[in-house]
Amino acid sequence: MGVRTWIESWPVYRQATGGDRLGRGAAARSGATEELRPRTADADRVVKSVCPYCAVGCGQNVYVKDERVIQIEGNPDSPISRGRLCPKGSASLQLTTGSAREEKVLYRRPYGADWEELDLGTAMSMVAERVARTRDETWEEEVDGRRVARTLGIAGLGGATLDNEENYLIKKLFTALGVVQVENQARVCHSSTVAGLGTSFGRGGSTTFLQDLQNSDCIVIEGSNFAEAHPVGFQWVMEAKARGAVVIHVDPRFSRTSALADLHVPLRAGTDIAFLGAIVNHVLTGEKYFRDYLLEFTNAATIVSEEFRDTEDLDGLFSGFDAEGRCYDTSSWMYDGASVAAAAGDRANFDRVRGTGRPEQQGSGGAVMSSVPREDRTLTDPRCVFQILRRHYSRYTPELVEEVCGVSREVFARVCDHLTRNSGRDRTSAFCYAVGWTQHTVGSQYIRTASILQLLLGNIGRPGGGIMALRGHASIQGSSDIPTLFDLLPGYLPMPHAAHEGSLQEYIRTNGASYKGFWTNMEAYTVSLLKAWWGDHATEENGYRFGHLPHLTGSHSTYDTVMAQIRGECRGYFLMGENPAVGSANSRAQRMGMANLEWLVVRDFSLIESATWWKDGPEIESGELRTEDIATEVFFFPAACHTEKEGTFTNTNRTVQWRDRAVLPKGDQRSDLWFVHRLGTMLRALLADSGLDRDLPLLELTWDYPTDEHGDPDAAAVLAEINGRGPDGAPLGSYTELRADGSTSCGCWIYCGVYADGVNQAARRKPGSEQDWVAAEWAWSWPANRRLLYNRASADAEGRPWSERKALVWWDAERGEWTGHDVPDFELHKAPDYRPPEGARGVEALSGTDAFIMQADGRAWLYAPTGLHDGPLPTHYEPQETPFENPLYGRQRNPTRLLYPHEYNRYHPQAGTPGAEVYPYLVTTYRLTEHFTAGGMSRWTPYLAELQPAFFCEVGPELAAERGLENGGWATLVTARAAIEARVLVTDRMAPLRVQGRVVHTIGLPYHWGPNGYTTGDAANELMSIALEPNTHIQEVKALTADIVPGRRPRGADREELVRSHRERAGITERTGTEV
Amino acid sequence: MVVRSARGHGDPGESGTGQGYGDEQRERVGFFTDTSVCIGCKACEVACKEWNSVPEDGLDFTAMSFDNSVGLGADTWRHVAFVEQRRPLGHQDAGVGRPAPVDLGMPSTELPGAYTGVEEREEFRWLMASDVCKHCTSAACLDVCPTGSLFRTEFGTVVVQQDICNGCGYCVSACPYGVIDRREDDGRAWKCTMCYDRIGDGMEPACAKACPTDSIQFGNLDELRERAARRLEDLHGAGVSSARLYGEDPGDGVGGNAAFFLLLDEPEVYGMPPDPVVTTRDLPSMWAHAGLAAAALLVGSAAAFAGRRR
Repeated sequence: MGVRTWIESWPVYRQATGGDRLGRGAAARSGATEELRPRTADADRVVKSVCPYCAVGCGQNVYVKDERVIQIEGNPDSPISRGRLCPKGSASLQLTTGSAREEKVLYRRPYGADWEELDLGTAMSMVAERVARTRDETWEEEVDGRRVARTLGIAGLGGATLDNEENYLIKKLFTALGVVQVENQARVCHSSTVAGLGTSFGRGGSTTFLQDLQNSDCIVIEGSNFAEAHPVGFQWVMEAKARGAVVIHVDPRFSRTSALADLHVPLRAGTDIAFLGAIVNHVLTGEKYFRDYLLEFTNAATIVSEEFRDTEDLDGLFSGFDAEGRCYDTSSWMYDGASVAAAAGDRANFDRVRGTGRPEQQGSGGAVMSSVPREDRTLTDPRCVFQILRRHYSRYTPELVEEVCGVSREVFARVCDHLTRNSGRDRTSAFCYAVGWTQHTVGSQYIRTASILQLLLGNIGRPGGGIMALRGHASIQGSSDIPTLFDLLPGYLPMPHAAHEGSLQEYIRTNGASYKGFWTNMEAYTVSLLKAWWGDHATEENGYRFGHLPHLTGSHSTYDTVMAQIRGECRGYFLMGENPAVGSANSRAQRMGMANLEWLVVRDFSLIESATWWKDGPEIESGELRTEDIATEVFFFPAACHTEKEGTFTNTNRTVQWRDRAVLPKGDQRSDLWFVHRLGTMLRALLADSGLDRDLPLLELTWDYPTDEHGDPDAAAVLAEINGRGPDGAPLGSYTELRADGSTSCGCWIYCGVYADGVNQAARRKPGSEQDWVAAEWAWSWPANRRLLYNRASADAEGRPWSERKALVWWDAERGEWTGHDVPDFELHKAPDYRPPEGARGVEALSGTDAFIMQADGRAWLYAPTGLHDGPLPTHYEPQETPFENPLYGRQRNPTRLLYPHEYNRYHPQAGTPGAEVYPYLVTTYRLTEHFTAGGMSRWTPYLAELQPAFFCEVGPELAAERGLENGGWATLVTARAAIEARVLVTDRMAPLRVQGRVVHTIGLPYHWGPNGYTTGDAANELMSIALEPNTHIQEVKALTADIVPGRRPRGADREELVRSHRERAGITERTGTEV
Repeated sequence: MVVRSARGHGDPGESGTGQGYGDEQRERVGFFTDTSVCIGCKACEVACKEWNSVPEDGLDFTAMSFDNSVGLGADTWRHVAFVEQRRPLGHQDAGVGRPAPVDLGMPSTELPGAYTGVEEREEFRWLMASDVCKHCTSAACLDVCPTGSLFRTEFGTVVVQQDICNGCGYCVSACPYGVIDRREDDGRAWKCTMCYDRIGDGMEPACAKACPTDSIQFGNLDELRERAARRLEDLHGAGVSSARLYGEDPGDGVGGNAAFFLLLDEPEVYGMPPDPVVTTRDLPSMWAHAGLAAAALLVGSAAAFAGRRR
């Protein structure tokens, strides 16, 4: 440095000589300031990624410098997120690069007191050996004389936080191993969505996409804490609001969503069917329905069997109830004249096979109907769906809403008014929901009620309309589509059942034998899947290796698996990004199940509760379990994060978005793709010479994926397999190209097209600013890149938009094809006036107005003649645990709900019976913006933990006064399962409601906490019982009862004593709460 | 170190000139925080911390609504306030309000606990607002900084230079908003820089970029003021009569703020001072008075001595 420079660098010199005489600006600039640059400016590269938290699927730019991630922020090109991120997305730098992530494999030997370090390779060999051994020891070739070819000794849980490619390999490998107990978060979060939306419309995914909410004239958010759980998606609600839309939030709590709504309607948790059913009644009696839409696109005119009896006739039961089996024979619910052929007959019997969870299959249609049903287009026939609907909801009045839901008639009228005024030819309303609807013993029926309402109002398949199912994990939609679920194969093909699906022919006849719709091509989808899995080994002669698939005999949902673990039947357990020890209902049962395992594999970022319960879980603290007595062998594998692997997430829009890899993971951290691929490779080597038939599915499996220099399988190659190949080996462009003759292969038929032309369509990133709101060139949506499902219904019978303002797709007569803003969800060249020829079957049988192309009759279903176990029409039943009796029917609760009485899983007395008053308050659970699910990705992240640093309960001032709860103090909550403590937050936002003439208080519990991590607390799920919805086995955690007392909970054995004394006071036995 | 005159706030005001940037002077930028669309998600708090490596500052459950970061400080440069109020928000129907308790001392005719108020609902609203350093036109922190650590950038923002700050803390007491604060472990003063590094490179500040609902908007200050005026008009038209702008007026006690707000209630409700005045406003006259007093003292003393000699 020269003298001159040195002098000039002296601020006083600059001050004296420059323009900054006061020394407040330029002259004061320091050396560091002169050199200041954003760290992103020095990045070596910017990698395109997708946020790993909720399912909005916000685009992320990952800045990498010297092979380290130095910054993660929103990608402004994303038409979904427009560059924005919520606090969790904003904290993903800390999540992925922070010190909370484990880097070493850890091992806990049987009866061991602590972790030991283990070499990754050794650990993998040990796991492979244990899988092989347990599989061998627990193999079942037959059950009750029927071939099942499976093991119930091993189970897997987790997938919604993983990539589609990872889920695909998990399902593929586990199925080839004969492991059927494969489950993920989709079971406990949104399984009822698939059944609810699937039976109504034909597909189980959200009918619309987030960005389209901006076109809504009225948005009803019910069963969702939209703004908190999906903040970046909520920008589209705000956009609609700015354009004049009315936003209504119906929810027991006044949340951050309510704060931005025009109208908040607090209703009693667990009563939404009564509320929505009354709107249905209002629409019907006030003739506010969209008649033309109803006639063209729904089954309103269809005549139902004369054997059908409604809940109005049978005091809360439909016809066909079997009280002993607690299930329905659903044959009397069928359409009149729909000849019940052999296939449908099988189907009806099938529905009696209790608890196989078949309605999940409805995600892609699947109901079997063998002939054209009769119609009365005047809608006057007393047996037509329209009239049945009218009678069914006739007692769902504003007065009933007041009595059941605690919502005043005046407020109810305002909701009806907003909704009906904003629906019709020129206006559309949207419903948005999440797990506030799904997690009930009547979860699927909640969603059905909204579906009925939206169909009556003509809001499905139209811009600004629809039902937005808000998913909550980065790829929970994907883990349903490419399912790590026990009852599904990819693309919502059902897992074969031993009873009626022993061969490919039987399987197709049972499921794909409808007379109309795209589901009739099921054989092509199935054979293509079998070809993808077993390649050249799958031939026509051997039924394309259909026999390689293990078969179901009943339910193997995650809760059934837990009970099997408690019984000692399930011995090995893989947890891949899921934390059931605090995240699933009845946490204690979850842990007691794990304590009974021979081995447990946990793959996660940090030492979550499911990995450490054996040394520091609540049962250790209480003395109920002793570490030295627990035989479970535990393997902890540190997982790679979203920036460290490439692959796709499917967001809540059904949009499949590709992430590039930014950096390599550290130490022993590996992707799940690596783990599953390696495990499969090792097992194939281990069993290569076994000579056993049972090992053939594994040995014949297509498993030769190219790997990179780090041993990671090529995710794009997996995606290409999912997409499928034609006879020439070239990637297929659409599922319509799939064939049943073995000439095509396809890993998931609804994803066919994601690799069209050999191009990774999920990696398309044309900026949203350069496209219209549909943004068809951003990534790829299933099916066939259609963004708004059933969009044929956005045009009238003649194919003209219902109105200029609500135009989406329409028929272009000149060009002879459908056109518009979105990819038509309809055969491109099928004219609106097309009528199928006599005797037409399959796709040909779909007429030019059959807008719901997956449905067996081409129509959206107001009334579900088949597909659901608990009724063709939604009916208000009280939750399993409720302070109130059902004023509508003698039948109190869903008569087909699934109960699991066990000493770990006691139920509260039925409302109105002695002992019910011991648990007098209503409890509901929910998410906070600042945390994520069971906390594995937020409690360890300091920037998030500090924002919500303690587990708390929200109570109204009235309840606080009644029970002496102090704001900021502690409270103990007690149910028949557990006692937990929480800090108290007293707030006006929790409103007491007047129901059936008395006051009920609701307690709110965010469910993110557990004893591990940076912010710790008791888990809300300790309180929950396992009481499941009959269609999809989802647990009821959004409405239950509990007691609350001031102060902290007892420690040690006294904790269980408190729970026991409450149980005793309530007189609880193994029969309590199990009434039909 | 620069030589700071003790003449009080010497900022040239809105023009932004006179800071010696010459051709490098840039248009003045700011934040418009529209609290009427804030969803209280705290993305701003986290994005700020991630970008600026601001330390996490403790797990403290406050039981004050959803506010657990309490206020702005050395380790919290964006802070979201949560205000639960028993009063209406425009045409919103919150459905959970209670009537103000009126106890006439008369025996109740209802069973204890039976009365909930739900029959006579009043309004309720939950206000959320993200607060930040105001980057005042007349910045007292800058005025009192003896080291030249605090300075005004070419964007008109006020920034602490950490390589200069000696931790004297004068700025802390000078700030009329209680924004700037010393970090306990290193003693230096820290606050929002409006992401000086980012905006210098054409990026927007981290908080504004993350904000899911565009409650935080960054840009040319004049444009933001126009946008805010329009938004205010819209809200008034929609019946939200309590909406008002805060800190946008160049005629206020701090010469207007580069970070200004649309609030739905009095600023005090959000923990903001109602009528902030640059704390160095009276410094020139104080110095003048002090000088006068000193001179008078001198003259007096001189006179006294002179008198004695006589």
